[in-house]
Amino acid sequence: MDFGYATRTVRSGWFSARLPVRVLAMSAALFIISGSVAVVAITYGDYPLGLDQVLAALAGSGEQFHRMIVVEWRLPVAAAAVVFGALLGIGGAIFQSLTRNPLGSPDVIGFDAGSYTAVVVTILVLGSGSYWSVASAAIIGGLGTAFAVYAIAYRRGIQGFRLIVVGIGVSAMLGAINAYLITRADVDDAMVVGFWGAGSIARVSWTSMIPSLVIALLIVVAASLLSPALRTLELGDDAATTQGARPGLARLALLTTGVATVALVTAAAGPIGFVALVAPQLARRLTGSPGVSLLAASGMGAALLACAHLLSLVIAQFYRAIPVGLITVCLGGIYLVWLLIREARTQYGTPR
Amino acid sequence: MTSTTIAQDARRQTARAGRSLRGRRTIGLGFVLAALVAAVLASLAFGANALSLGDVWQVLWDRDRSEAAIIVWTQRWPRTIVAILVGAAFGVAGALIQALTRNPLADPGILGVNAGAGFAVTLGVGVFGLSGITGYIWFAFIGAAAATFVVYLVGSAGRGLVSPVTLVLAGVALGAVLNGFATFLTLIDPETFQSIRDWGLGSIARTSLDDTLAVVPFLVVGLVLAVLLSGALNSIALGDDLAASLGTKVVRTRVLGVLALTLLAGGATALTGGLAFVGLMVPHIVRWFVGPDQRWIIVCSALTAPVLVLTADVLGRVIARPGEVEVGILTAVIGAPVLIALVRSRKASGL
Repeated sequence: MDFGYATRTVRSGWFSARLPVRVLAMSAALFIISGSVAVVAITYGDYPLGLDQVLAALAGSGEQFHRMIVVEWRLPVAAAAVVFGALLGIGGAIFQSLTRNPLGSPDVIGFDAGSYTAVVVTILVLGSGSYWSVASAAIIGGLGTAFAVYAIAYRRGIQGFRLIVVGIGVSAMLGAINAYLITRADVDDAMVVGFWGAGSIARVSWTSMIPSLVIALLIVVAASLLSPALRTLELGDDAATTQGARPGLARLALLTTGVATVALVTAAAGPIGFVALVAPQLARRLTGSPGVSLLAASGMGAALLACAHLLSLVIAQFYRAIPVGLITVCLGGIYLVWLLIREARTQYGTPR
Repeated sequence: MTSTTIAQDARRQTARAGRSLRGRRTIGLGFVLAALVAAVLASLAFGANALSLGDVWQVLWDRDRSEAAIIVWTQRWPRTIVAILVGAAFGVAGALIQALTRNPLADPGILGVNAGAGFAVTLGVGVFGLSGITGYIWFAFIGAAAATFVVYLVGSAGRGLVSPVTLVLAGVALGAVLNGFATFLTLIDPETFQSIRDWGLGSIARTSLDDTLAVVPFLVVGLVLAVLLSGALNSIALGDDLAASLGTKVVRTRVLGVLALTLLAGGATALTGGLAFVGLMVPHIVRWFVGPDQRWIIVCSALTAPVLVLTADVLGRVIARPGEVEVGILTAVIGAPVLIALVRSRKASGL
């Protein structure tokens, strides 16, 4: 049977699957790229190291001091770039697939705005800027908002279009409240909030990274288990039901997983914009797959964030430190614009 | 011609459904006009400085040298006029962009116009050392116009046709990029941060009459163009191919439509810093009582949007005395529930 793209069928006694070759190859390449970019990124910083020194320190040899810099200080940040990127890719893919809309991403349904508001209130009104209070505020605010958006949009089932519109509305409302609080605050406090709001992984350390990694692992397991359900749901609720899926339950599980990816990243690093929105779309165009694929999207997310992280370090070397979230937004956005132009040139049609 | 038949068709169908659209339009229009008058009076009567209603009423007719007269004539009247102008501009810009993209979600803000203006102003402040609102105006206007143009260029890179999804996607992408650059410029320099953080809020309090007069020609041309195009937009609503077969000059309509849109959104954003949701919300409200005829939608949007902006502005002056809450914040806080209610209502907000 011709699926329109190359596949290999793998069968053994207990396992049978049709593997899309290009998706697998591309995802592997993306993960290799993001890993190596992350390692290269470790060489940059206030105390520059050679690549050989970094590799030696990672392998456990090399100078004690270098090992401390590499393993204790820079490795968690590099790991955060790859892991958070992958998580954002997964979250974006889930949301876009569920809402069947390329604009459906956690930022669109109000998650980012909600956590931003909670953090703004925590820092500016309650006056607490510690890592854990900001992280918990981000999670509580984000989950609360996402839940509220879902509940408001719920009316005899959930509909992608309605979810997005409600999300845009709630985001805009919260954004206005944020802006109001920021203009009324002291400039220094407001800039702290501004930096958090731009999304930066520079402050990540092992103490915060290890719990994140454990949760990330759980999320990845959940996402891979739910991946077939996601495919089935893309057919529409009626068709999915006839195929034996339970749309309501599957959708709730998927939404929880998607929200969890973003909650984790936002808590640890602030809202890193655009990766969740762009990664699945770029991955889909790169792999030529019919729908968004979780694996390719996570690879693309990891590669995007790792490259942005490296770039932020390079820019910091020559100019000033820039939150990585700004780079993802600018690069991701420009690439998406370019892709849209190219797509419109080659063929006229409505992109998914 | 064609659009008239379509409108008649639409009217006939509605009449058959047992409900007179004409009656609804008349009642709706009357209600909007009454609300507009009430909002203007409220805008003159209420403010940070609590004048008695009698004083306001008196100095309205007799412009003496009292404090009340000065407040009403030099503060509240200009502000009211700015509110009406930018309201009408945003409302019509929203109606235009929704008609052109055939996308009920389209809004100048969503398509990156506010972001373009914000970026240009930030660039002006951070790099060229601009200060003061008068300097902002032209940067904002150019930024907004450029953003509108680029978004449309992206959307029409094919064969002069624009797919709604591509357009929104391009707008979101461009808006995010411009916002990102603007955030970068503000975060590296506390001074820029300080002077720019108020701007993006959307306020009509700091807009002077001179600035307004400088932008008014653009707004007027935009409004006139929009009204002239409204008939052709009715057939665009059927799809480009069908519109062309009905004799509408699709490309010309679209080009002029984008021009009007740029003038309106650019001018109004330059004056205020961008009011969220007015452009998105008003055409939806209007469509609810005038039906799908673009001629009615555009005219009624121009009348309804000022009511919203004035109401929000008056509220903002009253709720936080002696300070003020910017009108942009209130339009967002009022607008979001309205939008949500619309999208939850029985008839989804299609076009």
